Amino acid sequence: MPVPRELDVALIRDTVADLCGQADLLLPADVRRALERGIAAEESPVGREVLARLIENADIARDESMPMCQDCGLAVIFLDLGQDVHLIGGDLIEAVNQGVREGYERNYLRKSVCHPFSRQNTGDNTPAVVHVSIVPGDKVRLWVVPKGGGSENMSKVFLLTPAMGLKGVKERVLETVEAAGPNPCPPIILGVAVGGTFDDACRRAKRSLLRELGSVNPDPEAAALEAELLELVNNTGIGPAGLGGRVTALGVFVDIRPCHIASLPLAVNVQCHAARHKEAVL
Amino acid sequence: MSQTIRLTTPLATETLRELQAGDRVLLSGVIYTGRDAAHKRIVEAMEAGGQPPFPLEGAAIFYVGPSPAPPGRVIGAAGPTTSYRMDAYAPYLIARGLKAMIGKGKRGEEVKAAMVQHGAVYLAAIGGAGALMARSISEAEVIAFPDLGPEAVRRLVVRDMPLFVVNDVRGGDLYQQGKAAYARG
Repeated sequence: MPVPRELDVALIRDTVADLCGQADLLLPADVRRALERGIAAEESPVGREVLARLIENADIARDESMPMCQDCGLAVIFLDLGQDVHLIGGDLIEAVNQGVREGYERNYLRKSVCHPFSRQNTGDNTPAVVHVSIVPGDKVRLWVVPKGGGSENMSKVFLLTPAMGLKGVKERVLETVEAAGPNPCPPIILGVAVGGTFDDACRRAKRSLLRELGSVNPDPEAAALEAELLELVNNTGIGPAGLGGRVTALGVFVDIRPCHIASLPLAVNVQCHAARHKEAVL
Repeated sequence: MSQTIRLTTPLATETLRELQAGDRVLLSGVIYTGRDAAHKRIVEAMEAGGQPPFPLEGAAIFYVGPSPAPPGRVIGAAGPTTSYRMDAYAPYLIARGLKAMIGKGKRGEEVKAAMVQHGAVYLAAIGGAGALMARSISEAEVIAFPDLGPEAVRRLVVRDMPLFVVNDVRGGDLYQQGKAAYARG
């Protein structure tokens, strides 16, 4: 019997705290490159101006240690836990929440979590939403994804009939983008999950947002759908900030998996251009 | 052809008549912040005969919940929040003197009609550019509902805040016009 690797949850706490700050202050390099490509592709002068301002905003945030966006998000954490790791030192989920508390306080991030009815702010941006997966190995890989409310509110889940098929999926994705219009801070990134179940599709749609912009989907069927959806979305004319233009989305990530013979689940998670996610391997 | 216009608060309808959907605005002066929770309280208080926390006549409201001010700064990141959540309250305030709303995202038909009827405008700030927007804010003070934290009503002093005219006093709508100009297929 191999001895499991012991890992203190205090390290997870401290890592989450660090990643919260990094995620909200530093625009990922792939998003910056996508915005730069967007300036080159954009036909609308106002659209080009908006994209240039977003790059300027990222520079200010980095240089002045300010969050890129005042909506510093609800902290979503994906945690891939190696099955040969033995966590010690306390409760994993509490350690993650403590990391969020410390990270949001230390970096002057806005606390944006409240009771759904009273709207009373919890005061420390917890509870986080934590997705744990057990994976092979003796490492813990985690991502902190602060998710903004404006784009999350434009996200949709559909339980289509099998007869609606691929055509139905494309129509619903486009319908979601059209209905959202300028609201989710375009240029957007779409996480599209097809198949699975109601809950599984939503989780995979969000997880697909962790992918690097410009990366090639290893599933050729998904890759083809990504290219087609991106063109359809950019043909809406919504453009940067919704003020009109050719760059409505920076990328579309599609995840396809089998589903029940009666079902065709589709989840569309809308992400704003402040596509914040930072990762660490412990 | 779009133009760049400098505006200073308080705003008068005669000045706003010069604006067209698509114009750029650089806004200076005193503006006030408010989001969902503050709007609810303001309108409920006024309906009960109370006073708003700031003079509405000629006022501009910025839909924002800023992040906390880091040391040495007056405010944190301060970009716009999505405006439709304030649609339920906006016509009431427009009818009582509110002249400009600053936010991002589409407005409902009732809000657009109120803007045309009372000569008010809707200005878009660039969503997600919170660090950039903070640069145009020189003073910030909580003047009402401190218990709401980031959603409290603040009095801001701004200089050359960069904005776009989305809805003008004649019913022009940049979101519709811009989209139509670049849609394909």
